[in-house]
Amino acid sequence: MAEHGATVLRVCRAVLGPADADDAWSETFLAALKAYPRLPADANVEAWLVTIAHRKAIDVTRAAARRAVPVADVPEPPPAGQADGRDTELADALAALPRRQREAIAYHYLAGLPYQDVAAITGGSTDAARRAAADGIARLRKTYPGAALPDGENS
Amino acid sequence: MTTNHEPDLLQGLPAVTEAELAVLHDRLAARADTDGVLDVAYRTLDTPVGSLLLAATETGLVRVAYPIEGHDQVLQALAARVSPRILNAPRRLDPAAREIDEYFAGQRHVFDLPLDYRLATGFRRKVLGHLPGIGYGTTASYATVAAAVGSPRAFRAVGTACATNPLPVVLPCHRVIKSGGDLGNYRGGPAAKQLLLNLEAA
Repeated sequence: MAEHGATVLRVCRAVLGPADADDAWSETFLAALKAYPRLPADANVEAWLVTIAHRKAIDVTRAAARRAVPVADVPEPPPAGQADGRDTELADALAALPRRQREAIAYHYLAGLPYQDVAAITGGSTDAARRAAADGIARLRKTYPGAALPDGENS
Repeated sequence: MTTNHEPDLLQGLPAVTEAELAVLHDRLAARADTDGVLDVAYRTLDTPVGSLLLAATETGLVRVAYPIEGHDQVLQALAARVSPRILNAPRRLDPAAREIDEYFAGQRHVFDLPLDYRLATGFRRKVLGHLPGIGYGTTASYATVAAAVGSPRAFRAVGTACATNPLPVVLPCHRVIKSGGDLGNYRGGPAAKQLLLNLEAA
């Protein structure tokens, strides 16, 4: 299970952003640990973990919405690019996509699941999942300044 | 597992570092332990006989494994025989690691640890229970141990019990040798057995 830790964290970050990703990751693996003895031996562990992560990400988002309180002073927006020199522009561009597109991109491209599995997790049809990922990637190419020009992406 | 070609673009996402994962993993191990879903905790410990794998259930130390046994195989066997809820969670092994360190430093002659004997049953379990009675710095023959557990002719079975001891070093099967003085076999290899006996003779 530990070997999937990095993949699940990338998925959580892509869907939720870095601030809430750690919580979703922890909740995912804790739930997985509890349920693991009941997992069939031939199950696809990564798809199973992503399915749990999807539900936990929704929980985390709801909890964050409940916590949110209106503030009089709007805090300073974080500077583009972190102090450690990491490029966060792409992560920011990803965060600006609709949730369904972020999910489709994360589950298909970062977790490597086929669109059929992505659709089973997010609901909706396989075609809709494929379209959400394609639309999301197309949008990223437009909004992320560092993106290369379209190179005929057709997965 | 299908792998989908990741658009070049996504490779620009910040990488997940080992350090970040280690922090998350430690936090998970602590929470799993609190929630009672950490059935087996393990860690490795560097010693003069190589890197030992230490694993503990909530009952106690359940496995000590030598490098030649293949730590990955041992962990897989633990997952199958004890529980798949296994995590690298050193905290539960702190007392065992400390006592084993003290033993190799020559400062400890008797282990005082809760032990989980579930990986040994029947006659083997009986033999293991007798091993702590063979004092530090002394040896006993397979035949003597067989007699002591009430089956004088079962010295070969005693050999098997020692060879499959799930808790070597802590349960001192290295102190059981052949009647003629030959060291006999050892789970950690003959060199490890010799090293332990030399350590105790010093």
